[in-house]
Amino acid sequence: ILVLQHRKMRSSVAFKLLSLVGLLLMSTQTTDAKNSEDIRCKCTCPPYRDIDGQIYKQNVSLKDCNCLHVVEPMPVDGKDVEAYCLRCECKYEERSSGTIKVTIIIYLSILGLLFLYMVYLTLLEPMLKRRLFGHSQLQNDDDVGDQQPFANAHNVLSHSASRPNMLNKVEHAQQRWRRQVQEQRKSVFDRHVVLS
Amino acid sequence: MESEQLFNRKGYYRNSYNSIASASSDEELLDGAGVVMDFHTSEDDNLLDGDATSPGSNYVMSNGGGVMSSTTHLLDFLEEPIPGVGTYDDFHTIDWVREKCKDRERHRKINAKKKESAWEFTKSLYDAWSGWLVVTLTGLASGALAGLIDIAADWLNDIKEGVCLNAMWFNHEQCCWGSNETTFAERDKCPQWKSWAGLILGQEEGPGSYIMNYFMYIYWALSFAFLAVLLVKVFAPYACGSGIPEIKTILSGFIIRGYLGKWTLLIKTVTLVLAVASGLSLGKEGPLVHVACCCGNIFSYLFPKYSKNEAKKREVLSAASAAGVSVAFGAPIGGVLFSLEEVSYYFPLKTLWRSFFAALVAAFVLRSINPFGNSRLVLFYVEYHTPWYLFELIPFILLGVFGGLWGAFFIKANIAWCRRRKSTRFGKYPILEVIFVAAITAVVAFPNPYTRQNTSELIKELFTDCGPLESSQLCQYRSQMNGSKAFVDASPNKPAGPGVYAAIWQLCLALIFKIIMTIFTFGLKVPAGLFIPSMAIGAIAGRIVGIAVEQLAYYHHDWLVFREWCEVGTDCITPGLYAMVGAAACLGGVTRMTVSLVVIVFELTGGLEYIVPLMAAVMTSKWVGDAFGREGIYESHIRLNGYPFLDAKEEFTHTTLAREVMRPRRSDPPLAVLTQDDLTVEELQGIINETSYNGFPVIVSKESQRLVGFALRRDITIAIENARRKQEGILLTSRVYFTQHAPTLPADSPRPLKLRSILDMSPFTVTDHTPMEIVVDIFRKLGLRQCLVTHNGIVLGIITKKNILAHLEELKEHTEPLASPWYYHKKRYPSSYGPDGQPRPRQHNVQLVTAFPGRQADEEESEEEVVNLLDGRGSTL
Repeated sequence: ILVLQHRKMRSSVAFKLLSLVGLLLMSTQTTDAKNSEDIRCKCTCPPYRDIDGQIYKQNVSLKDCNCLHVVEPMPVDGKDVEAYCLRCECKYEERSSGTIKVTIIIYLSILGLLFLYMVYLTLLEPMLKRRLFGHSQLQNDDDVGDQQPFANAHNVLSHSASRPNMLNKVEHAQQRWRRQVQEQRKSVFDRHVVLS
Repeated sequence: MESEQLFNRKGYYRNSYNSIASASSDEELLDGAGVVMDFHTSEDDNLLDGDATSPGSNYVMSNGGGVMSSTTHLLDFLEEPIPGVGTYDDFHTIDWVREKCKDRERHRKINAKKKESAWEFTKSLYDAWSGWLVVTLTGLASGALAGLIDIAADWLNDIKEGVCLNAMWFNHEQCCWGSNETTFAERDKCPQWKSWAGLILGQEEGPGSYIMNYFMYIYWALSFAFLAVLLVKVFAPYACGSGIPEIKTILSGFIIRGYLGKWTLLIKTVTLVLAVASGLSLGKEGPLVHVACCCGNIFSYLFPKYSKNEAKKREVLSAASAAGVSVAFGAPIGGVLFSLEEVSYYFPLKTLWRSFFAALVAAFVLRSINPFGNSRLVLFYVEYHTPWYLFELIPFILLGVFGGLWGAFFIKANIAWCRRRKSTRFGKYPILEVIFVAAITAVVAFPNPYTRQNTSELIKELFTDCGPLESSQLCQYRSQMNGSKAFVDASPNKPAGPGVYAAIWQLCLALIFKIIMTIFTFGLKVPAGLFIPSMAIGAIAGRIVGIAVEQLAYYHHDWLVFREWCEVGTDCITPGLYAMVGAAACLGGVTRMTVSLVVIVFELTGGLEYIVPLMAAVMTSKWVGDAFGREGIYESHIRLNGYPFLDAKEEFTHTTLAREVMRPRRSDPPLAVLTQDDLTVEELQGIINETSYNGFPVIVSKESQRLVGFALRRDITIAIENARRKQEGILLTSRVYFTQHAPTLPADSPRPLKLRSILDMSPFTVTDHTPMEIVVDIFRKLGLRQCLVTHNGIVLGIITKKNILAHLEELKEHTEPLASPWYYHKKRYPSSYGPDGQPRPRQHNVQLVTAFPGRQADEEESEEEVVNLLDGRGSTL
C-alpha cells in the first residue's frame, strides 16, 4: 500500500480522491460479507433486585438479537427471566473493521509522506542546494514576484504555450506551486491580509 | 450583428439604428462639426438640460445599443479568442453579469450545433448533464473524505489515552467491540485496550499511572498540534481556520486563487484530523464545508462548462457547501438550508436541487462507510421522545437569552483577539501560539473528565437522557426506595445524588474552560471549526439548567406550575432536552442562523417533537445577539479581514447620490480614460504602467467625451502581449483602435492593433443623480463589479464594489457612533427603517489595497487637453 500511495501522491490529488472513494467502497463491499467479528448484539440490562447492571455482547445475527439468546448465563431463575429481560435493551450493531483498517493505514501513510516531504523541503533541500550550487541559487526563489503589470500577461500566455517534455513540466509545476505557497504564506502569516 | 451597422466617419461612431430613432439634424450638425464642448463654463443647470449640448447619436453606445453590441462583442470574442481574456486576477471581484452572459452564449452555441452530428449531440448531452455529474462526484468525494476524517479523528483522539494492542487501528470503543466485560463499572475497560501508563509502567491504577497518563496526554496533544500547524505552514497556509468566511466571500464573487485547490484540500483533510485529535477546543464541521468546496472546485475542472466560468463554478460550490454540512452533521436538509441561508450569494432553484442532490449523495456515502459504527450518520442521536410542557418554554427562552449573550460576547472577544493578532507583533508567532494554546488546553482539560473526552462525545453524553441503562455520573440519582444506593432505577425527578452534584461542579468548570479556550482557539492557524465548541458550551449550560429545573420540580412540586403539569412521581423534565436546546441557542447566538440551525439540530438528534422549543430558543438568541451587534461571527471575520463582501441581507437607507460615491472625488486627479482610436500601443502601455487601476472607460475622443465601452486592465495587457507574439507588424507606434473598422491612417504607419474583442460594449451605467439605494441594489442583485457614472452620456466617474463598501463604512462612522441599533432607529432616520432595517456597513481593508491597488476607478490622463476638460467637469460637480 505504501508503494501504491506513493504513486498516488505523485499523480494529481483528484485521482487520488477517486481511487480513495473506490478503495473505501471496495473495502466496505468485501467486509459486507459479514465478517464474524464485525457484528454484535449488545444487550444492556439495568440493575434488577440485587443484581448489578450487566452488559452482554454476543456474535449473533439480527433475528437472534434479543435478550433470551444473548444473555447467558441468565442471572435469574426461570420465573424471573421474563421480568428481567423486559428491562434489557438489545441493539444490533455492525461495523466494518476493514474500512477502519484501510482508512487508518491510508491516513497514516499520507501523513508520513507529507512529513517526510516537509522534512525534505525545509531541511534537506536547502542543504543540498547549498552544497551543490553555493548560495547564489537560493536567492532565485525570492525575486520572482515582480510587480510588472505585463508579467501577468506573460504568465497567462506562457501557460498556454507548448511544453517541451514531461520532466520540465513537472519541474515547472513544482516551481509554480512553491511560488504559490510562498505567496500564500506571505499573505496569511506576514501581511495578515486573509484568514486572521 | 447585421442590425448594428457601425461605420466610421471623422473618427466618430454612428449607430444607424439610433440615428433613425433619435438623432435630429441639430445634433448631427453639432456632432459633425466636431465642436469642442466647453465644460469650464457649463454649470449644473446646463448639464441638466443637456440635450442642447450633448448630442444623442453616441448616447446609445452606452445604454440603448447595449444588447446588440454585446452580441457583436461576444461573436467577435468567439472569432478570435485570446487565451486568458475574461479571466480574473487573484483577489479580484468577478463580474456576475458578464459571466452569466458568457455562459448563455456558450449554451446557445452548443444548442445551435446540436443537430449537426451525433457527436455534437452527445457533446450537448454531456454538457447538459455535467452539472449533475459534478455535484455527484463532489458528493461522493466529500462523503468519503468525511468518513476518513471521522474515523481517523476518533482513532487519533483515543491515541492520546492509550492504544489497542491486538489491532492498533481500532479506537477505544472498536477495540472493546467484542470484549466480555459485563459490569457497568467496567463497561469502558477491556484487556485489549491499554492505557499508556499500563503499557509503560505496567499498572493501570494509582497516582503514578495517573501522572504518566497525564504526561502522555499532553505529549500527544502537543505533538498533534505542532504537526498540524507545521504542515499548514509549509504546504498550504490557506488550510487554516474554519474557511466559512472565505467561502462566503468567494461565493459572493471574489477570487482567492489556491484557496480551494488540491493542496489546500489535502492539507486541510490531514491537519483537521490532527487538530481535532489534539484536544483543542475546535470542531471539524466548518472545515468540512471547506473540504467539500475544495472537492467541488477540483471536480469542476473536469467540465469546461464550470472550469471556464466563475459564476457557474460558484453554483457548484454552493452545492458543495451543502454536501459539506450534510456530512459534517449528518443533516442533508440542514445542509441545503445552510447553503441557502448562510453561505450562498446567488442561489437559483436549479442550484437548490443540485445542492439537495449533492447532500443526498454525500450523506449516502457517509452512511455506507458507517464511521460511528451505530448505523447512523451522526454520533449524537437521542432516543427519547418524552413530551415537553408549556411552562418549560420559560427555561428554554432563558437558554436562548444565554445563547445570545454568549454569542455576542464571543464575537466581540474573538474579534478583538483576532484584531490583536492581525495588527500587532504577536501575530508573527503562529506556531508558538498554537503550541501554547494546545498546552494550556491539554494541561487544564485532563483532570476534568468532561473536558478530557472528545467534545462530540461530551455533547452526546449531555444530550442523552438518564435511563436505567445509563451509568454516567450525571445519572446518579438517589432512588427513593433506598436512599443510599447510587444509580438504581435512575429515572429523573429523583433527588440528585452526590454524583450529580459532583458532575454539576465539573460541568461548571468545563463551561468556564470551554468559553475561555474557544475564544482563543478560533483563529489559530490550524483548521478550526466553531460549531462543536459552541454546541458544547450550550449543551453544558443547558444540562445544568435542566438539572436545576428538575430538582426544582422535585423539591417544590406544590408550586402552581409544577402542580398543573408535573405530577409527583412522573418524570416531566428531561435534562437532555435542555442540553439540546442550549446547544442550538448558543450556536444560533454565534452564527445568527435560524432556520437551517433548527433543521440541523433536529436532524442531528432526531427529536422531531422538539422543534418548537428549538425555534423559541434560537429566535430568542438571535434577538438578544442582534441587540448587541448585528453581525454573526462569519460576517465579523469577513469585516475584520476586509473582504469585499456586499451583504444582501442588509438594507441601505441613506440618501446619498451616485456622484458623491463615485471616483474621482472632487479633489482627486481626473478620470483617466482611453480613446477609441487615437492611442498608440506605447501610449496605452504608458497609461497602464503609470496607473494601477483595473479598468478604463473607453470614450469616443477627447473632444466628445461619450462613452463607448469599458476595457479591463488585465484584458488589455494580455491582448497586447498576445498581439506582439502572434501578429506581425505590431510596433510600439501602432495605433490601437476599439472600433469596428480601422481608422484612416497615414500610408507609412505600422499596422494598427484592433482591440475590439476585449472591449465590453455594454457596461452598466447610472446617471450621476441616481440614489445610492438603487445603485447598491443593482450591485447586490446583479453582482456587478463596477458601474460607470454618466451625465448625458458623458463619463463622469466610476463606482466599484469596493467604493460602495468604503462608502458604507464611511457612513457608519459618521452616523453611528454607537454600535447599538436602537440609537440609529430613534435619532437618525426614523421613517426609512423597517423593523430590522439596519444598515450594516462593511469595512474596507486597507491592507488589501497593496495587493490590488485598483479601486479601478479614476485614472489620470497623459494628454493635457483631457486633463483640462476633466478638470472643468470636476468643478461643475
